[in-house]
Amino acid sequence: MRELLTMQNVTARYQSPDGELTAAENISLTVSQGEFVSIVGPSGCGKSTLLTIMAGLKRPSEGKVLLDGEPITGPGGKIGYMLQKDNLLEWRTIYKNILLGLEIRNRLTPENIEYARGLLRTYGLWDFRDRYPSQLSGGMRQRVALIRTLAVKPEIFLLDEAFSALDYQTRLTVTDDIYSILRREGQTMVMVTHDIPESVSMSDRVVVLSGRPARIKQIHTIELGDLTPLERRDDIRFNEYSNEIWKELRES
Amino acid sequence: MNHKCTPPGGNTTAGAELSAERRAYLRQVRRQKQEITLWRAGVLVGLLLLWEIAARLGWIDSFIMSSPSRILDTLFSLADNQILMHFSVTLYETLTGFVIGAFGGLLLAILLWQSELVSKILEPYLVVLNSLPKIALGPVIIIWVGAGTEAIIVMAVAISMIVTVLEMLEGFRSTDPELIRMAETFGASRQQIFRKIVFPANIPVLFNSLKINIGLSLVGVIAGEFLVSKAGLGYLIVYGGQVFQLDLVMTGVIILALMAVGMYRCITLVENRVLRGRRR
Repeated sequence: MRELLTMQNVTARYQSPDGELTAAENISLTVSQGEFVSIVGPSGCGKSTLLTIMAGLKRPSEGKVLLDGEPITGPGGKIGYMLQKDNLLEWRTIYKNILLGLEIRNRLTPENIEYARGLLRTYGLWDFRDRYPSQLSGGMRQRVALIRTLAVKPEIFLLDEAFSALDYQTRLTVTDDIYSILRREGQTMVMVTHDIPESVSMSDRVVVLSGRPARIKQIHTIELGDLTPLERRDDIRFNEYSNEIWKELRES
Repeated sequence: MNHKCTPPGGNTTAGAELSAERRAYLRQVRRQKQEITLWRAGVLVGLLLLWEIAARLGWIDSFIMSSPSRILDTLFSLADNQILMHFSVTLYETLTGFVIGAFGGLLLAILLWQSELVSKILEPYLVVLNSLPKIALGPVIIIWVGAGTEAIIVMAVAISMIVTVLEMLEGFRSTDPELIRMAETFGASRQQIFRKIVFPANIPVLFNSLKINIGLSLVGVIAGEFLVSKAGLGYLIVYGGQVFQLDLVMTGVIILALMAVGMYRCITLVENRVLRGRRR
């Protein structure tokens, strides 16, 4: 597998009037094309910081981040980022919301618009294109947010606690939904979560971080085959993985 | 994967037969609405009647209290007292002041939002300007721009603009940071963030500010007309007071009230049109 994203000895610090804070220290990680990787760690350990650095929204204090062999300099066209809230614009219809990313990047070409429309059709939102976000359920809104990101054809997807605002039932179906869509599109995904079962159900590898400053403690390879997140939850090994990771986290 | 999704809030059985309970409920809602309208009109008619009767029976002195019929007489003898002219002068001044104050204020707020440093530097000055009673500047304004329509418009602008700046800036600043972050993940520039996120998110704030603005602009115009005294409803009221023609004063006040309501309604109408489909 081709190496898509590489972090080399990345250290991230934050400056504030109260002092300096080291959020992450000496992180080295490689993500291959088509791979799903989760990052888990104690709350407030700096997981999200790592994603922000991968997205080019924050520069690492030390170390290098390469995407496709090239250093990341800013939030460019190759990265798709999803946040905890769907952040749909209430004053735009679903259709207009989905075009937002293309609009911002000045890439509203007929082909790109057609591609976005195709995504709406494929993922069952075509009939809702003229609705407003407030008329959709939480799960559907999250799907719209995903399509908005897919529309700009990113090479890698970064999910920052993207499901934690949803209630448990919705979360299970939405993770299944998003997982299938991303797999179908052949996407690469890095996600940050505090939910261990969620990380095991959705990824090929789980990176466990220590408490602040975050360092890589362990990387688990999840071998549950080609199962969907919901099917994985029924697998006997699912609990073993979850327990192992949970114990590791507790020790930190 | 394509599980069926029904949007929430769509469970009003439109077109279908309504249950008896629902019909009764709807009837009751309608009746209450009618009752409120009826009582509102009743209160107005009652007060007017009372005023008229009191004046006719001599309970109050209609020379200093006027009466509805005398106000109507004044209104209908437009030709003699040029009420229409005074009305249009005030309307023109108010609208001009409103437009300059609202758009100038909006523009300033946009500029201040662009530069956090400048807005931090200017903040105390804005606060002082905002708390200062602008009417105190009246004499200065008259000396600077002359005792005419210009002075009155400047007064209206002075009163309405600073409020707009502060309110819009506050609105811009309290835009959901998550929305801005989302736009940043797509690589949006500050310009784009403003055009696509911050400004549209603050359209409701803008309309609120316009509603306050039109009222303040009217306050400024009337205050200006009191001071400059050449034409307009403010002039008419002062003049009526000086010559002890209370009918004129009352008529002026009532036209002023109707004008304020009318302008406010216009903004509400535009607001409803613009914000259609948008729900919080």
